[in-house]
Amino acid sequence: MTSTTRSSTPEPARQTLGEGLNTWIANVRAGDIGSLPVILGLIAITIIFQVQNDRFLSAQNLTNAIVQMAPIAFISTGVVFVLLIGEIDLSVGAMSGVGGVIIARLLVPDGNEINWVLALGVAAIVAVLVGGVHGWFVTKLGVPSLIVTLATFFMGTGVVLALAGQQGLIRVQDPTVIGIANTFLSDTIGWLVAVSAVAIYAISLFVTDRANLAQGLTAGSWAAFGGKVTMAAIVAFGTVAITNADRGLPLVGLILGVTVVVWLTIAERTKFGRHIYAVGGNAEGARRAGINVDRIKISCFMIASFMAAFGGLVLASRLRSVDNSAGGGNLLLNSIAAAVIGGTSLFGGRGKITNAVQGALVIAAVESGMGLLGWPSDRKFIVTGFILLLAVSVDTVTRRARQTSGRA
Amino acid sequence: MESTPLLETRGISKRFGSVQALFEVDLKLHAGEVVGLVGDNGAGKSTLVKSIAGNHTVDEGTVLFEGKPVTISGPKAASDLGIEVVYQDLALCDNLTVTQNMFLGREETNRFGLLSEATMQRQAAETMKSLAVTTLSSVSQNVARLSGGQRQSVAVAKAVMWNSKAVILDEPTAALGVAQTRQVLDLVKRLAERGLGVIVISHNLHDLFEIVDTFLVLRLGQSIGSYTKTETSQQEIVEAITAGQLSHVPGQDSDEIRNES
Ligand SMILES: Nc1ncnc2c1ncn2[C@@H]1O[C@H](COP(=O)(O)OP(=O)(O)OP(=O)(O)O)[C@@H](O)[C@H]1O
Ligand SMILES: [Mg+2]
Repeated sequence: MTSTTRSSTPEPARQTLGEGLNTWIANVRAGDIGSLPVILGLIAITIIFQVQNDRFLSAQNLTNAIVQMAPIAFISTGVVFVLLIGEIDLSVGAMSGVGGVIIARLLVPDGNEINWVLALGVAAIVAVLVGGVHGWFVTKLGVPSLIVTLATFFMGTGVVLALAGQQGLIRVQDPTVIGIANTFLSDTIGWLVAVSAVAIYAISLFVTDRANLAQGLTAGSWAAFGGKVTMAAIVAFGTVAITNADRGLPLVGLILGVTVVVWLTIAERTKFGRHIYAVGGNAEGARRAGINVDRIKISCFMIASFMAAFGGLVLASRLRSVDNSAGGGNLLLNSIAAAVIGGTSLFGGRGKITNAVQGALVIAAVESGMGLLGWPSDRKFIVTGFILLLAVSVDTVTRRARQTSGRA
Repeated sequence: MESTPLLETRGISKRFGSVQALFEVDLKLHAGEVVGLVGDNGAGKSTLVKSIAGNHTVDEGTVLFEGKPVTISGPKAASDLGIEVVYQDLALCDNLTVTQNMFLGREETNRFGLLSEATMQRQAAETMKSLAVTTLSSVSQNVARLSGGQRQSVAVAKAVMWNSKAVILDEPTAALGVAQTRQVLDLVKRLAERGLGVIVISHNLHDLFEIVDTFLVLRLGQSIGSYTKTETSQQEIVEAITAGQLSHVPGQDSDEIRNES
């Protein structure tokens, strides 16, 4: 900007690789480990299963994994928002069932069916209203979110039973809805998606660095820039290469990617998102800064219910039906576990939207790996339980590290 | 006659149930002046601050800002006027960086509604520099990692960043060591030099004598009087705090009188 700021501060520069590494190591030491554990965990899980069964990393298995983890990832994205404000939502499983059953019911081709856009709209509105009710009870009445959402978990389960009808199963026949989880993109489109994703990522990194330099601040090193873009390219092109060897990139994978980027941008680059983190970090501090704490909390509950219904839609699409147990089973537990395994803190204020996808990947990897090895469900539950316990312990221990590193 | 005070309270009274926390308290704060608000535990210091900042509704009395009566309904309204309060517990968000804390609730965005992170960081760094806060290595580190003095500096810098005219500090040095107390005292002096009016609550008269221009002594919710630093002594202030003459006998209309003996 102006030459005065430039001359009064040290010459703005990119960090060297060494400086960048030092910053990173200092952060990790202080307990800011971010996604490190979950990424290491994923690598470990991959190696363990691949060694025992080389079909684990096969094109077909990986493509299936994307479709299978998608509903959990969608629901878990919303769970991250409530965890960020230090609350919980136990109704997301039931809410996904309610969303699915509403959509399926409205689309039954009995002459009264409505357009799929309208059906999705109705489910979305119901979900947002339910989230608003959660938020109202929590903020205005002061009822713990654990109890409020436990109550609506029961109610939602009842609503699903009621709406699923006599047969207890509604077949989904709408081609658009079925298409969501059952469409695979052509090879060319898959590559285009990968190229655009990497390009957008690189541009956003570059713009951030340039803004920093323009303000006389130091920017990350070129090595860090190159490293991040290379990693993104490996993930994006690798995924497309593998899925193209099977049926192609699943459409639902692309929808998930776009959804996560949108929520990530809202959480990390907007005022609203900053205020969510502030409320989770110190609600009283946020209030004194003039933030409407109740409004932020209510919004987060709305997002959680909305994303739960979204997950219900994807599940209905994948199964091509909704039955009276929709949203039950271990869907709720998996969705909350995914957020926590991904690294979102249960204590509020710490976590990233991407944690939902990372955690869902871990859960999908464990399930698919054990499926390949022919392990029964009992062991799946036990192993998932251990992983969850490990993730929560990492959260608790690093939280202590952060506390002791402060107030030197 | 002296100039119009920046901030003034006239006859502020506040009851909590049977406790008369404040009784007809008058306070005057001029631009560029540091007022030390002193009194024993429970004398009503924090309550007075909260009444000014709109955290409590007062039973009686008026607050005047730049000579005009104002009603302050909350933290937002107070900062819109140019009054900032740094409470004892600071209420910083540990999970956010120094910059993010300083801009909390007033973030700058670009035309797409996205946060202008770099601009805010430069401004935060400049504010820190202008206040000569040199103990902070970077404004992009998390507040959780700062020492008590650094946290206090962040909270004060946050308060003065917004063209505020009056800053109220509730026990800013209570938890600090010698060197860190020094930093904060210097910071307070610099604020006054910049033309801000500062109210400092503290139990440490020694520290206060170094930075204030006048003392306002509260006792059992009542103002014992205002003392100019150059015309008073620590002893006189201590006497006022512990045994100052009350104009109104508390407990006349409640059973408080037992506490008096
Ligand atoms: N929210 C409240 N509800 C009821 N009583 C209160 C409340 N806040 C303060 N009080 C009472 O008002 C009186 C004044 O309290 P205040 O906190 O203003 O004292 P203080 O001068 O700040 O004391 P300290 O030096 O201990 O901070 C005390 O008797 C206190 O118990
Ligand atoms: Mg107090």
